Amino acid sequence: MYTYDPVDQRIVDERVAQFRDQTRRFLAGQLTEEEFRALRLRNGLYIQRFAPMLRIAIPYGLLSSRQLRKLAQIARRYDRGYGHFSTRQNMQLNWPRLEEVPEILAELATVQMHAIQTSGNCIRNITTDHFAGIAPDEIVDSFAWCEIIRQWSTFHPEFSYLPRKFKIAVNGAVHDRAATFTHDIGLHAVRDLKGEIGFRVIVGGGLGRTPILGHVIREFLPWPHLLTYLEAILRVYNRYGRRDNIHKARIKILVKDRGPEKFRDEVEAEWAQCRDSAATLTEDDVRRIESRFTRPQHEKLDPVDPVAGPGFANWAKRNVHGHKVRGYAAVTLSLKKTGVPPGDVTSDQMEAIADLAERYSFGELRVSHEQNLILADVRSRDLPALWHEARELALATPNIGLLTNIIACPGGDFCALANAKSIPVAEAIQERFDELDYLHDIGELDLNISGCMNACGHHHVGHIGILGVDKNGEEWYQVEIGGNQGETRLGAKASLGRVLGPSFARAEVPAVIEKLIGCYLERRDSEAERFVDVVHRIGIEPFKESVYGNAHQRAADRSRARALA
Amino acid sequence: MATLIKERRIVQERAPSPEAGVIRLEPGDDPAAVAHALAGAARVEVSFPKFGDGRGYSIAKLLRTRYGYRGELRAVGHITRDHLYYMERVGFDAFELREGEDPAGALSAFETFSVSYQRD
Repeated sequence: MYTYDPVDQRIVDERVAQFRDQTRRFLAGQLTEEEFRALRLRNGLYIQRFAPMLRIAIPYGLLSSRQLRKLAQIARRYDRGYGHFSTRQNMQLNWPRLEEVPEILAELATVQMHAIQTSGNCIRNITTDHFAGIAPDEIVDSFAWCEIIRQWSTFHPEFSYLPRKFKIAVNGAVHDRAATFTHDIGLHAVRDLKGEIGFRVIVGGGLGRTPILGHVIREFLPWPHLLTYLEAILRVYNRYGRRDNIHKARIKILVKDRGPEKFRDEVEAEWAQCRDSAATLTEDDVRRIESRFTRPQHEKLDPVDPVAGPGFANWAKRNVHGHKVRGYAAVTLSLKKTGVPPGDVTSDQMEAIADLAERYSFGELRVSHEQNLILADVRSRDLPALWHEARELALATPNIGLLTNIIACPGGDFCALANAKSIPVAEAIQERFDELDYLHDIGELDLNISGCMNACGHHHVGHIGILGVDKNGEEWYQVEIGGNQGETRLGAKASLGRVLGPSFARAEVPAVIEKLIGCYLERRDSEAERFVDVVHRIGIEPFKESVYGNAHQRAADRSRARALA
Repeated sequence: MATLIKERRIVQERAPSPEAGVIRLEPGDDPAAVAHALAGAARVEVSFPKFGDGRGYSIAKLLRTRYGYRGELRAVGHITRDHLYYMERVGFDAFELREGEDPAGALSAFETFSVSYQRD
């Protein structure tokens, strides 16, 4: 866990005072709506469909039990007793009162938390692998690097009014669990032949209405230059990124318009001028940040293979993950139980989870971008006991990596931008696939739902992606298949889904998913071949046919429709 | 009469400010293009036509660090106290506030943060 030093604390405290004053000036009519909008957004405060929404930062998804208790208390006191974990590892409160937000921020500051830059046209929360620091395939522990970038990007004077939001993800392992190809900047920690740490730099990825995978613009950036290189990228973007059209303002459009090679040349030319400046990192800088992290003191344990009934076995297979230290495991507490909006958690659950973290995992947790919580350092021998407790709390649904582990944005139930609801769609699909043996037989499948083309539910990179669209004021759903968030297993590169065809009414969606699954089960060559692998192997046409009928029949349907029209 | 904040003090400047020797840069301008003229400039003005247009921050940073400009660097346009902390840190030392912004209140903005993370 990163612990604040006096500078960190002072910055957060001074931010609270600043935002209190900005809110006061807005309420007194001294700031216009538009001005306050730009200011409140960079503090995570939206005005939503029914109420404001406050997004609280959970830097790189790392959370202490003490902080989680505070979130529980805040949600109970200032909201409706629950919170929502987002795909950017943050927490959102859906019902705070605008006037009370400064108070909420002051409470957060008492546990070293804030809402700084969780929205707005600035550098957002730095995200990373939820198994950072414990993954068996670790190259470097990404947390310290995330914190270095967090500090550098916090109130960066030059880059606080960018053309658009800016998201940076860091991956420190062999497998990419941080979706680095769909971020404005993705960084892969790598080591050169001498074992020196550096970063592969990926720029210009993103989802939203123009989904694009990022481009590698540098294969190896030695770590001392991390911040000056980011500075060069951000400067080129800040100066030349489009500001005339909000839909064309992300860096991905600049990279696309310039072409990745020309963009890289511009960055390199800028960097040639600013490399070796004061922002160059030293070993002391890195050591200082690393020393602020408390690390779990693992015991010397023999590995055990806990044996319990079939319920435990299913859970252990899906929700328990490898650990680099012998005798330990990581556990995902699933926030994807059927009937509960994905990522939602009540104050009571938060307190119970904080308690589990304290008893089983050194008082720490991680939030995953798949909207679940991870206990990262559990003794293997404690797994059966933890499973029993998690089950009592409805947090042991054995569905991690499976179809019902749905990523979904809050959608039309809450969000003012949404075209359609996402939560009821997720629920209907979860109900349809509630049978565990069937679910496990289908195997690994990411199903992601967004309520609009802004793609907060990452539908473009779901193996199955569902997008809410508006057709003459009605909610319809477009289905994509073949997306992949990143190389979570070797050889399966990041990819964007392809649209299957015309969209569906909400009630049809579960049956459509069932047909797609039926098609997959018929065509997979073994249980090891996942849904997305089959799509990539045979293309989308067979899946299309399974849903709409064959091409011949589709053409006949179309001409019949024309004749009737 | 425009109200100016200059080196953290409120200054009443007789309108119009002398224009001779003033270099004015719009957000899309390249500071490299005026680098040769900086030594003789009375001041450099950087325009912020919109509250959220941040290009001028990079222009200021480059004028100060890359092109060695040491004279008055004035931010003009849609500027409220909320910008001043950032603007001063990239090198601005003079500010024309947007109409209606109270300059006395704005002075406190320089003290908003007593520490920062970046080594400028």
